Amino acid sequence: MTFANSPQANQVSPSLQPKGWLRYLSFSLDHKVIGLQYLVCGFLFYLIGGALASAIRIELSSPISDFLARDVYNQVLTLHGTIMIFLWIVPVVNGAFGNYLIPFYVGARDMAFPRLNAVAFWLIPPAGLMLISSYFITGAAESGWTAYPPLSITTPAAGQIIWILSVLLLGGSSIFGGINFIATILKLRRPGLKLMQLPMYCWAMLGTSILVVLSTPVLAGTLILLSFDIVAHTGFFNPTLGGNVIVYQHLFWFYSHPAVYIMVLPAFGLVSEILPVHCRKPLFGYATMVYSIMAIVVLGLMVWAHHMFTSGTPPWMRLFFTIATSFIAVPTGIKFFNWVATLWGGRISLNSAVLFSCGFIVNFVLGGITGVALAQVPFDVHVHDTYFVVAHFHYIVYGGSVFVIFSSIYHWYPKFTGKMLNEHLGRFHFVLTFIGFNLCFAPQHWLGLNGMPRRVAEYDPQFAFVNQLSSVGALIMAISTLPFLWNVIQSAFNGDVAGDNPWQGLTPEWLTSSPPPVENWQGEAPLVTEPYGYGITNEELAVEPSINDDIQIPQDK
Amino acid sequence: MTTITPLDETNKVQVSKDQEHEDHRLFGLVAFLVADGMTFAGFFAAYLTFKSVNPLLPDAVYELELPLPTLNTVLLLVSSATFHRASKALKISDSKECQRWLMITAGLGLAFLISQMFEYFTLPFGLTDNLYASTFYALTGFHGLHVTLGAFMILIVWWQARSPGGRITSENQFPLEAAELYWHFVDGIWVILFIILYLL
Repeated sequence: MTFANSPQANQVSPSLQPKGWLRYLSFSLDHKVIGLQYLVCGFLFYLIGGALASAIRIELSSPISDFLARDVYNQVLTLHGTIMIFLWIVPVVNGAFGNYLIPFYVGARDMAFPRLNAVAFWLIPPAGLMLISSYFITGAAESGWTAYPPLSITTPAAGQIIWILSVLLLGGSSIFGGINFIATILKLRRPGLKLMQLPMYCWAMLGTSILVVLSTPVLAGTLILLSFDIVAHTGFFNPTLGGNVIVYQHLFWFYSHPAVYIMVLPAFGLVSEILPVHCRKPLFGYATMVYSIMAIVVLGLMVWAHHMFTSGTPPWMRLFFTIATSFIAVPTGIKFFNWVATLWGGRISLNSAVLFSCGFIVNFVLGGITGVALAQVPFDVHVHDTYFVVAHFHYIVYGGSVFVIFSSIYHWYPKFTGKMLNEHLGRFHFVLTFIGFNLCFAPQHWLGLNGMPRRVAEYDPQFAFVNQLSSVGALIMAISTLPFLWNVIQSAFNGDVAGDNPWQGLTPEWLTSSPPPVENWQGEAPLVTEPYGYGITNEELAVEPSINDDIQIPQDK
Repeated sequence: MTTITPLDETNKVQVSKDQEHEDHRLFGLVAFLVADGMTFAGFFAAYLTFKSVNPLLPDAVYELELPLPTLNTVLLLVSSATFHRASKALKISDSKECQRWLMITAGLGLAFLISQMFEYFTLPFGLTDNLYASTFYALTGFHGLHVTLGAFMILIVWWQARSPGGRITSENQFPLEAAELYWHFVDGIWVILFIILYLL
């Protein structure tokens, strides 16, 4: 059998197609199965986290705590934060799309360590179930996803210990995944494929994985010390025993600030894959994109104390971390302008994937602007621990990462299943999500500036109207999930057949069948050195003429 | 599920062959050790901050005895050298010699653990006495856990090298190389720990 010479090298015989949904419940070593396991598992946790968010918004639509008791409210917001970060966004933007796409992009048949990969995934469901069941059995942790001592030491111990155990498991999963991605991207590249020819998502995952490997262990060590404080009554972070709570904050944010980039850098990469395909233009400024990812990785590791400006941080530290944080706006701005320039003059098809990506660009720049504002000490001291901060980070993690997750699902669903999603439902989903999201979180800036504290079930009655507005937005967001769910479920059965390459994409995952066979290609992996070579007519000009002749097309190089 | 026909079975083997890649397990281990090292870095940073920000009351300050930890340092450093001898012996296919050096290395590791235990029992403070005591036990205990794991690894490698037709030969050295890399890492951490905890 000589596949490589056959003209149908990329046509896969049906018997090699994956079959049977039970594989998705098995300890499969196939990177595509594991990727979809991450995605579906993450989405189920997203529904749970979303239900908790709805409970929070119902509670906050009146100034008194009537819907949830105060301690239940604390448990609900702790679970909401922990689930959304550790069980939805981090596993999905890294684990799901990373596992599915990275082996294609480097021209490999699987990840470098398939067995470790499966172990990393299977750590997640038990950790998540343990975390959620703690609510019913012992009462969940009440100290927020930050678990700041002394709060985490003085609140009921059982829930907090279960929280620590599950976060340690999830951290372990994340580290195993990170090691696997680094090895796959650096060591498993197809011969002839250079680093600077890789699709941008590989660079994003490389940067993210470096952050994961360097910072997650610090959180693990810190949580082990915290559990000693709770169980063995040591005094690492307990001021009454001579301990120091500020050290916990430093160690915690040494992980949890990079965690923001662990959630959003892969999203940057995914958007950089989606936009060129649907705009029929090369990604603008490939090299600057790569350098700005690496700059964000380096800077991201040295800005953590900007979360601690009100923790008695000494002035030199405030100055240093303000300046370092402001610097991050530069590489982030470069990426933002590169995406805009990619869109500029392109032949954009305004489908659901592009709409969600554009929604991401809009939301993310708003979240970025408030982020730069929060980096300035005088401003941060004023709004610290208010709803302004809540609004800011939801613009980053929801308006940023979650919008990109939806965009990516619309973009790669044909590859995952071989079926197209319904575009009308997709656009309807986008409109609902975009309106609901902005209605929910934009008013919270105002609430924060006027001094409404976060993480409290009750508030001053003067904030009632704006909170109700925000709750209406949350309701719209909750409803927006329904067309999406209906769409992904019924399209899997009744959707139009997608074919191998419905978007005419050039990146390697489109050069095999949909869904791809086990081991990805029948013959040799294709060598794709120009992943963004859309609209190239000659070597000089890599941009197709614009439809509108008045518009000046920015030209790369 | 019987979806793979014999024909496809042969195809799969053939397909896999042209994608056979080198062994990247050592690279993965190095990445893991970087992560593990960051855990220690976090502990060291916490200890140094505690020490500079939260000074202990004068009556709670103990001078640590140096002879025993110095002996421990020597034990670990020598064990690194003996492990190196073991892997050199394997490279020239001298299995007997390799096993002997592995046994000596495991013995030195065990001696370190016993000596560390002895120190624990003779120290004038316990885990929860004060911040300094807690950090001391957390750091040395976490390191001791690594030494224990490493000693078990050496014994497994020794067992594999010993059994005839075993998994470790001069062609397949990965288990031994992995254990050796890990053991050097644990020794390196101890040297830093010794300087920070006992000498500073």
